[in-house]
Amino acid sequence: MDQHDFALWEKRVDALMVICSSKGLFTVDGLRRALEDMGEDAFEKHTYYERWVAAVNQNLIEGGVYTLEELGQRMDDIAKRGPTYGEATGG
Amino acid sequence: MAERVRVKSMMPPGHVRAPAYLRGKTGVIERALGEFGNPEQLAYGLKAEKKPLYRVRFTMAELWGAEAENPEDTVDAEAYAHWLEEAPDAP
Amino acid sequence: MPHDHPDHFHHEGMSPSGHPYRQDNDTPLTYWQRMEIAVRELLVEKGVTTPAEIAAQIDLMDSRSPINGAAVVARAWTDPGFKARLLANAGDAAREMGFDIGPLHLVAVENTDEVHNLIVCTLCSCYPRNLLGLPPDWYKTRAYRSRAVREPRKVLEEFGLTLPEKTTVRVHDSTADMRYIVLPAQPPGSEGMSAAELAALVTRDSMIGTGLPRHPE
Repeated sequence: MDQHDFALWEKRVDALMVICSSKGLFTVDGLRRALEDMGEDAFEKHTYYERWVAAVNQNLIEGGVYTLEELGQRMDDIAKRGPTYGEATGG
Repeated sequence: MAERVRVKSMMPPGHVRAPAYLRGKTGVIERALGEFGNPEQLAYGLKAEKKPLYRVRFTMAELWGAEAENPEDTVDAEAYAHWLEEAPDAP
Repeated sequence: MPHDHPDHFHHEGMSPSGHPYRQDNDTPLTYWQRMEIAVRELLVEKGVTTPAEIAAQIDLMDSRSPINGAAVVARAWTDPGFKARLLANAGDAAREMGFDIGPLHLVAVENTDEVHNLIVCTLCSCYPRNLLGLPPDWYKTRAYRSRAVREPRKVLEEFGLTLPEKTTVRVHDSTADMRYIVLPAQPPGSEGMSAAELAALVTRDSMIGTGLPRHPE
């Protein structure tokens, strides 16, 4: 019906969220807090898993798992790999 | 137990699990759920104290007044003890 | 693997290495997809997780669906002892049936002639995902989340469910640590059916409260 299958990158966001919270890197409440802090208009502008990946990242940065520099550099590198998700993802 | 409680109407900034539409509203404890980590600490990566959690039942009449769709219908929501106060005297 | 011939990409849905692309892999790379890739790679490099662990978690989530919940409901319809345990502690009852629902705190609420239950999460999108799989898109919309607690009867009518005035609607807002599942009333005419036959009548929406089970043919 109204149910669609999620894209691979969305399923990966979901998996990372579950894995990282089960390993104690952040809590569900930490994710919810980050989602709320994006403001009301984030709900209009971004899709569900766009908001969730931002919240996961926010918590990992705050938890010191990696640095903003590492993230920024990696996102730049990824952009150079190719124009599509299939080409830019490791596998 | 049918203890009448009121959700505190305070509005601190930040992450809380008391929805705005329930603040200041009076309901009846439906059941006690045990103790859970305080989401207001978990959300910021802090060590969380255990707080008693309850399910509180509100009538639509209490929540929405004259605009209630059906005054006898109810909303049950979970609320932490530190968000509940003794209800004012029954009307 | 090779990324040096992006022009060939549109070739019949094949990648430069000659493998078919997943359908969802062939759209232009977005900012958020880059963030997902970066976060995942950094987590693997830091030793937090592995590609295998991520793949296994995706498989696990894909394996969860309303079929699991339907089996629980059908068992409750056919086994009064189980039904009592389900209503006392739905998480333990689901585990008893072998469902790996993780740390989920599950509460089952029973529909009767007098009461109809409806599940929502007004603050975000909490859902009994470890039992039913991921929530439907409408469950996550602001419209459903705000209207379910304010005008549940109107919402239910839009789902094709008109309730008698005398039926009490109980909305359950998943505000904290509990997740909810509705135990729908067994449809008339299904008496004597096996648990497997009954499970086929149990829809996802009937376990959220926005629908009723199917009637037997």
